[in-house]
Amino acid sequence: MTSTSATPAQAAPLSAATLARFAREVAKYPADQKQSAVMACLSIVQQEQGYVSTDSEAQIAAYLGMPAMAVHEVTTFYNMYNQHPVGQFKLNVCTNLPCQLRNGQGALEHLCKKLGIEAGGTTADGVFTVQPCECLGACADAPVMLVNDRQMLSFMSNERLDELVDTLKNHAK
Amino acid sequence: MLDLSKFQAKGVETCFHDRHVNAQIYAGLNGSNWGIKDYEARGGYQALRKILAADGGMTPDQVVAEVKASGLRGRGGAGFPTGLKWSFMPRALPVQKYLVCNSDEGEPGTCKDRDILAYNPHIVIEGMIIAAYAMGISVGYNYIHGEIFEVYERFEAALEEARAAGYLGNNILGSNHSFQLHAHHGFGAYICGEETALLESLEGKKGQPRFKPPFPASFGLYGKPTTINNTETFAAVPWIIRNGGPAYLECGKPNNGGTKIFSMVGDVQRPGNYEIPMGTSFAQLLEMAGGVNGGKKLKAVIPGGSSSPVLPASIIMDCTMDYDSIAKAGSMLGSGAVIVMDETRCMVKSLLRLSYFYSHESCGQCTPCREGTGWLWRLVNRIEHGEGRADDLALLDNVAENIMGRTICALGDAAAMPVRGMLKHFRDEFAYHVEHKTCMVPAYV
Repeated sequence: MTSTSATPAQAAPLSAATLARFAREVAKYPADQKQSAVMACLSIVQQEQGYVSTDSEAQIAAYLGMPAMAVHEVTTFYNMYNQHPVGQFKLNVCTNLPCQLRNGQGALEHLCKKLGIEAGGTTADGVFTVQPCECLGACADAPVMLVNDRQMLSFMSNERLDELVDTLKNHAK
Repeated sequence: MLDLSKFQAKGVETCFHDRHVNAQIYAGLNGSNWGIKDYEARGGYQALRKILAADGGMTPDQVVAEVKASGLRGRGGAGFPTGLKWSFMPRALPVQKYLVCNSDEGEPGTCKDRDILAYNPHIVIEGMIIAAYAMGISVGYNYIHGEIFEVYERFEAALEEARAAGYLGNNILGSNHSFQLHAHHGFGAYICGEETALLESLEGKKGQPRFKPPFPASFGLYGKPTTINNTETFAAVPWIIRNGGPAYLECGKPNNGGTKIFSMVGDVQRPGNYEIPMGTSFAQLLEMAGGVNGGKKLKAVIPGGSSSPVLPASIIMDCTMDYDSIAKAGSMLGSGAVIVMDETRCMVKSLLRLSYFYSHESCGQCTPCREGTGWLWRLVNRIEHGEGRADDLALLDNVAENIMGRTICALGDAAAMPVRGMLKHFRDEFAYHVEHKTCMVPAYV
């Protein structure tokens, strides 16, 4: 059995810029409640590294003075944390009922077909990951989707999806 | 970050249209006037200046009394009287107290708070400062749905403006009132919209609800007295203070004061948010949203977010949009998300998607919910796919019945109520699926 509360991190140490972002989050909470910043720290690491590794969890745990397992509990509880590497562009398409009534499921299927992957899959070149997701809170703009957790795209007809894929392909690393 | 603005909503369809009625929260917005100067030009922060005025102002008791007189009820879903909630806070207790805004807007169908925070963030900030004054609170947090990250960043920018202008911080406008306010984002967990799960999440833990009692007013964030209100609730407060509680009550109907924002979604011609007086007829609201998409007939409406029981067209068309009317019809006004379904929609397939959602989002803490939601989903799934058995409807009734009231939080009830609503009003459709292994509705996208 492998341990998730890893031994000292083998990952590169967190950069000064990352630590500055962490510090800005920690400052929001009482001095003895640094743990409150764990969700923000995890999302910062995910933005910078693409996913949350157990090494990153250990680094955040050390920074916030909490058990690594408590960090891991947070990573695994919330839907948006990537526990494994994903494509350069993670596309989450809402398929909940209000979106389904306005072709949300169709948008997901169109994207998957166009990229030649199953829902939840990643293209072989590592550029795209497509996932169905739960309510994004933008139901009147359906079909809606989220790019890399931070950009909400609206009214995604098949034509706009095609255009989006082309745009993103032009920025593939 | 990559410029994807051409794919992003501009708010025109959902918020900046001329179909609001007596708008208070969405009034005069255009997308570019969210900043503090424009907010002040619209009368913003006048309510705060009024209560903190050196020559008199208002006492905390007067503020609470005004909110009580307004008939304002919690806009997050439960509809609890806001003034009453505020009066539960042990104001004089010499301990740290917290104010929390619940902007974890994830109830399927709902997107009203997103537009408030994106296009009028200062109205929430002002409402929170006033609430903090009324309850003797010095620190607050706004917990924002993780999926609307750009809105979270907008709110943080608005906070910076308010701090720079002296509306947040120590000795606000030269008074004795000090209030620090911060934004906190979620990261994808429907359950965190439940207030005690939200508190757990704010403390940096899994968002698993707490037993109540103790209620947050005595044991809340970090174990300290805490008041939690919805975004739209706070946003209503400045208008109430400026114009008086009775004036607010008058724009709605008795026991249902003020305006309410409804998210019209699903099969309507013009989906979007509509701010209208409480007590407006559903028929009128539907007309504002352009009627049913494609000129089809209305079949059913889920009137208050996905957790509220469905109502067939014949019932909802006679309802007015307020807490009491919708409750009398056997459903809930909830968060104000109105999911409209036309005559081509299969109720089994619709319920299947919702049942999957609740099963996916159950936090796993209580057995009736963790197991029951999965059971409901598998039952609806086999009915939808032509594998339903003769006694499945009775079993659905039974499982739903056994979840209701047997869990720590309301998610279990929220999963059971749509099932019960569907079986109450559309039982024939489910029975047809079981008997004929196919759907009685001609087409479903």
